[in-house]
Amino acid sequence: MNVPVDILRFNTCGSVDDGKSTLIGRLLYDSKSLMEDQIEALERSAAITGGGQINLANLTDGLRAEREQGITIDVAYRYFATPRRKFIIADTPGHVQYTRNMVTGASSANLSIILVDARAGVIEQSRRHTAIASLLRIPHLVVAVNKMDLVGWSEQRFLEIRAQFEEFLPRLDIKDVKFIPLSALNGDNVVEPSAHTPWYVGPTLLGHLETVHIASDWNLTGFRLPVQWVNRPHNPTDPALHDFRGFSGQIAGGIVRAGQKIIALPAGIVTTVKQIWTYDGPVQEAFCPQSVTLVLEHDIDISRGSMLIGTDHLPGASTQLQAEVCWMHPRALQSGRKYLLKHTTHTVQVAVTDIVSKLNLATLEPELAPAELAVNDIGEIRLRAAQPLVFDGYATNRLTGSFILIEPNTNATVAAGMLLPPAEIVKPENGDYVI
Amino acid sequence: MNSYHLDHLQHLETEAIHLMREVAGEFERPALLFSGGKDSICLLRLAEKAFRPSDLPMPLLNVDTGHHFPELNEFRDRRARQLGAKLIIRTVEDAIAQGIATPSPGEISRNRLQIPTLLAAIEEFRFDCCIGGARRDEEKARAKERFFSFRDSFGQWDPKNQRPEIWNLYNGRLNPGENMRVFPISNWTEMDVWEYIQREQLEVPAIYFSHRRKCVRRGGQWLPVNALVPPKPAEEVRDLVVRVRTIGDIISTGCVESPATTTSDIIAEIAAARVTERGSRADDKASEAAMEDRKKAGYF
Repeated sequence: MNVPVDILRFNTCGSVDDGKSTLIGRLLYDSKSLMEDQIEALERSAAITGGGQINLANLTDGLRAEREQGITIDVAYRYFATPRRKFIIADTPGHVQYTRNMVTGASSANLSIILVDARAGVIEQSRRHTAIASLLRIPHLVVAVNKMDLVGWSEQRFLEIRAQFEEFLPRLDIKDVKFIPLSALNGDNVVEPSAHTPWYVGPTLLGHLETVHIASDWNLTGFRLPVQWVNRPHNPTDPALHDFRGFSGQIAGGIVRAGQKIIALPAGIVTTVKQIWTYDGPVQEAFCPQSVTLVLEHDIDISRGSMLIGTDHLPGASTQLQAEVCWMHPRALQSGRKYLLKHTTHTVQVAVTDIVSKLNLATLEPELAPAELAVNDIGEIRLRAAQPLVFDGYATNRLTGSFILIEPNTNATVAAGMLLPPAEIVKPENGDYVI
Repeated sequence: MNSYHLDHLQHLETEAIHLMREVAGEFERPALLFSGGKDSICLLRLAEKAFRPSDLPMPLLNVDTGHHFPELNEFRDRRARQLGAKLIIRTVEDAIAQGIATPSPGEISRNRLQIPTLLAAIEEFRFDCCIGGARRDEEKARAKERFFSFRDSFGQWDPKNQRPEIWNLYNGRLNPGENMRVFPISNWTEMDVWEYIQREQLEVPAIYFSHRRKCVRRGGQWLPVNALVPPKPAEEVRDLVVRVRTIGDIISTGCVESPATTTSDIIAEIAAARVTERGSRADDKASEAAMEDRKKAGYF
């Protein structure tokens, strides 16, 4: 039996009727990831509502409300595996009002698939989705030009759409873009190469998903461990554990080694890693995104929300923050409002001091000093935090450069934020720890 | 492949440990739902990985429907003892006796009656968060649920109004009476669960492995003959070599004919399987939206 070696997370986006759900259904169907009872359920609903025609979209449109309205209303997660890889799909809807769901589905993705209807070409939604993928710094992008059967498999039409994309792509920060002509409905170039596109020499969609290089998608420079939980056994039966005090968390960047110096922030105290404790025994080194428990040489005041860092590639630390945000709540953002900001394991009060600009999604140009950011708007803001945040620019590290804003009282998650690079880096002034 | 590489199980594991620790860090009174089934067996190992050498910072909670396989309850109790964990059991029988749960005539499973029983236990112990072993690959409604699934003061899930979940930042803030359900193994498939059981050499109840059992053919499935499932006169009863693939209510859990006696056999069997795990659960066949409706009412 072949064991898949790693996981690729991807999301799909497009506007209504671009055929996202059909494409996912096709990937599952043609890669033989569907089971008989799922096919049976499809046939059952086809007999009742579909006039006997199996609708691959029914595989992902899971909720009753969606089937009735024929739309996808939330992020749906699907799983399949080939001998080469395991895949997690976030199926994200294309309606303007659900941009927040696309951000949700795409934030942890290695790759985004933007679907374009070959007849319609690039529309505002395509630009919006591409801009969001760029903003979230999704490492890989696939433009799937769908419904090629409806434009007579025209190479010229495919090249036109590609040219429409290439017109605005230089303004965005996307390194790896692949264009694939396909028909999700008929399965051309999804799993099997199409006989209709002799002019296309690239891989099928699945072929590309199986081989795209993702090993370097994690940050391995600059050690960061946001402390999640202080591990201190109460009344241990093992006397060796009486003084055990570990700091548990998921490494958010870089590599840590037993015996190395680290700095505990915000205290700014330098100490040494005595042991990297794991359930499976101590290890000599650990790396992002492993979950570990560090035992330190000195007993210093560290709690949830503290950050342990290496002594090189230092992060920023400031109460003055600048970030790009995607606004996700119907109650618009206005300057002066106060929120809770959750960054790594640290939640802090913030005030929005300034809305610098709003991204015009038609032109991809910023509009300066807008009155507010409404739901689904993307813009740049300034914030003042009640305590300093230890952070990296989002472009350097997705985990220590991102945050969410939470509205007090309603507890609604109202924004996803990406921090701009810090103006000043941490200066560990205290030097070595002295008792 | 360099040495700083995690395979798919290691990825899923670190994601789940992170979620577990977020629960310990953000909630006052969490509980971990433990049934003794394979998914919650994985949850317990993940909890050990997240919190050792400390004790688990939360009790285990099980809603006993009274329709459990006895092998499962025996395993549940033993495993909790081994871990030194506190196990809280609340039964549907008691909930019915107290008028908290009311069965309707002809009801095939006790899934629905679990809901008020669970909600009453949450209220009794003032739990603000319950960790559960649900997976998104199990069922369509689950596929749309977040890791941190917010429930209002009636325990209800509102699929159209879920909190966005971005990166690995989870919003666990609650107002009094509200509750969070957290699903650390959301991204795991049935195959991942078995591969993890094999890698970690976890013990599972014997009914997951092949054994001889009297079964009755009903609704296209082989149901185990027991006090709650007596064969009717015209029904076909056979002595079969079977195992269970998923364990639910004893009156609606189908047995599958299988020679699998080891975890490796099960992994090979799943790799070749042509029906999903929940294909053997009559409760999900009741209607296309069966799970969606139960979750909206407070099911885990």
